[in-house]
Amino acid sequence: MSDKSPKSPFAAPSRRAVLAGGAAALTASLFTPKALRAADYPTAEVNTTGLAVTDDTVTIGILHSITGTMAISETGSVQAEKLAIDQINAQGGILGRKIEYIQEDGASDWPTFAEKAKKLLVNDKVASVMGCWTSASRKAVLPVFEQYNGFLYYPTFYEGLEESPNVIYTGQEATQQIIAGLDWVSETKGAKSFYLLGSDYIWPRTSNKIARKHIENFLDGAKVVGEEYYPLGHTQFNSVINKIRLKKPDVIYAIVVGGSNVAFYKQLTAAGIDPAAEKPIVLTISVTEDEIRGIGGENIEGAYACMKYFQSLENENNVAFVKAFKEMWGEDIVIGDVTQAAYLGPWLWKAAVEKAGSFDVDKVRAATPGIELTSAPEGYVKVHENHHLWSKTRVGRAQADGQYDVVFETADLVEPDPFPEGYQ
Amino acid sequence: MMTNASNRFLSRSELIGFAVLAAIIFIVLPVMLDTFRLNLFGKYLTYAFVAIGLVLCWGAGGILSLGQGVFFGLGGYCMAMFLKLEASTPENTAIQSTPGIPDFMDWNQLTALPVWWEPFKVLPLALLAVVLVPVVFAFIIGVAMFTRRVGGVYFAIITQAFAAILTILIIGQQGYTGGVNGITDLRTLLGWDIRTDEAKEVLYYVNGVLLFVVLFAAQFVRKSKLGRLLIAMRDQEDRVRFSGYNVANFKIFVFCLGAAFAGIGGAMFTLQVGFMSPTLVGIVPSIEMVIFCAVGGRLSILGAVYGALLVNWAKTTFSESFPELWLLGLGGLFIAVVMAFPNGLAGIWAEQIAPRLAKLTKSGGASVPLPDAAKSPAE
Repeated sequence: MSDKSPKSPFAAPSRRAVLAGGAAALTASLFTPKALRAADYPTAEVNTTGLAVTDDTVTIGILHSITGTMAISETGSVQAEKLAIDQINAQGGILGRKIEYIQEDGASDWPTFAEKAKKLLVNDKVASVMGCWTSASRKAVLPVFEQYNGFLYYPTFYEGLEESPNVIYTGQEATQQIIAGLDWVSETKGAKSFYLLGSDYIWPRTSNKIARKHIENFLDGAKVVGEEYYPLGHTQFNSVINKIRLKKPDVIYAIVVGGSNVAFYKQLTAAGIDPAAEKPIVLTISVTEDEIRGIGGENIEGAYACMKYFQSLENENNVAFVKAFKEMWGEDIVIGDVTQAAYLGPWLWKAAVEKAGSFDVDKVRAATPGIELTSAPEGYVKVHENHHLWSKTRVGRAQADGQYDVVFETADLVEPDPFPEGYQ
Repeated sequence: MMTNASNRFLSRSELIGFAVLAAIIFIVLPVMLDTFRLNLFGKYLTYAFVAIGLVLCWGAGGILSLGQGVFFGLGGYCMAMFLKLEASTPENTAIQSTPGIPDFMDWNQLTALPVWWEPFKVLPLALLAVVLVPVVFAFIIGVAMFTRRVGGVYFAIITQAFAAILTILIIGQQGYTGGVNGITDLRTLLGWDIRTDEAKEVLYYVNGVLLFVVLFAAQFVRKSKLGRLLIAMRDQEDRVRFSGYNVANFKIFVFCLGAAFAGIGGAMFTLQVGFMSPTLVGIVPSIEMVIFCAVGGRLSILGAVYGALLVNWAKTTFSESFPELWLLGLGGLFIAVVMAFPNGLAGIWAEQIAPRLAKLTKSGGASVPLPDAAKSPAE
């Protein structure tokens, strides 16, 4: 793999190439390097459970789809994880050991995810796994991780309703993504009526359930005037667009995913509902910078998205992160919310391992709650006892160039609440 | 195992073929592989059930079904529903708004178990459903198609449509079926934990024994008058019809038989892999199953087993070694097999290896050497 160009989206650049490039060195200076030497941490002590740890290396797994329909979404996560691993290695690794990774392809197929997860844990004895994207793939590997006591860092914003001792959720659970955004649109825009819309699977349905409860119970005088779901891959949104024009809601709350997004926003604009006119306001939680590349900036310009991370964030962590990312993977690449969350995985694991002074999964798990990262591109984050992250919620407004202009962020970190009371 | 098999039931070379396969499945693989790899091979073998059914339907009967994933999936879902209900005890699901129902129902705001899930609380009923549901479904499709003399490519397209319809139905009705996620987190079978290593080994052997039951049933059909009629129908359907046979009934029967095999395979898949999802029902897996059959040789039931093993093993191995290029390697394998050996592995054996072996034995006067384990024995 090392003889391929680093620009190729799937190729891992050789470690030397990255070291030579200033990217790693520059970012490394932001993360205070700790000079931990392997000799201070004998392998027999830091690895009592037979993981793939030697005196110089520790092996982890990367498990995403790099073929099939999900490849387009998951590639960004793979790239972010490889970048983080390279940067950690450039600083001297973890407990003096370089991270090596074994990459497996989940092939957008849930049984394959389960098979590969098991291979990584049973055959390769990896110390942790960065992986999965869809909820379906996570649900498929979850019993494997729990049975073999593996440790998974899962990057995607998702529906919540889960809290596994073997998973760290580096993306937002549903309430972290939804509630602050609804409050914002209600307070600043005076929105009173909402039309909920989504692709038909567990994440949009659960998210809209939470949105509906919040709108009806917590926003003064606000109401839901419609709620509809369309199969994954659906491309005919004219009937719902007509209904929206009849009901005249203040906000279209859209959780349409994948290829359906392209059709939805194009048809919305074609039907004369220009998101930029804000009549109605279009608010989404499913369109990151990655999706805009498919939709086309001109079709979604002016819509609002509720995320925890946008590529355009101006803090110095993010500036360095975006620079390093582009140096490794090419100038024209965009970085979405999930890519950033995937980037946190190796760093959170490093912090937990160093706090525990051990690679053993049980010790790393015990050390994980309370881990803080001040160097995250999204800003300061902290791991909650429920294995999710405290994160800020941000609202961005889509620009024609495919980037978001950040118009709002919560003052404080939002507590993760995967089983929200009153929203079930 | 061979006690009730007369010489006419299995010819000498067929007997050797069955014995070699039995040796591979019950001795070679378990000795060579650790539990993880053995479990993987157990998974591959569940596809062999479908491939054997396809040999009967397609190779012998000329009925190409591109929707066998439907029956595999139905069998698998029947098993998964039983296991899911067993896993969803009120204690395990205390966190839900409605404890005691499967978790995905609770997420979709169902507050009671749907009536049609009730039979799956009882294991014998669930096992019966594993076979009967696919068969009934196949029967309905068969009656609708074959009595109207729909065949050939039209039938293939319609079966593909069924695969698409069922996938959409399962994904759309997620409150009742688990949707895209499928039915996951299956734990025990009548209190027996199916996730342990010992359980995986036991299930592997159960799977192997069932595979041989299915192989013998398929062999029985092929050797019977029915089998010869199927081949006659494939080659000259009208002549069979004019001879006074009701062609539709034979086709319906063999299609239902293939569905029953697939259903058993699906149930074993669920037990060994631990979940069932719509990705195993749709068009892509259905076509993959036809490929297993084609690679193995669509005329040979043993070839079908080797085809399923080889293709899936290649899939796993390629994707582990070359995660970014494996699809190309797999594509190359298919092209090579179809271009060079249109009759698949069984064809390679029958045309290339068996004649040379026969020559060797003739000239050397030695006894018949055992076929190489890696090659496919002929019929």
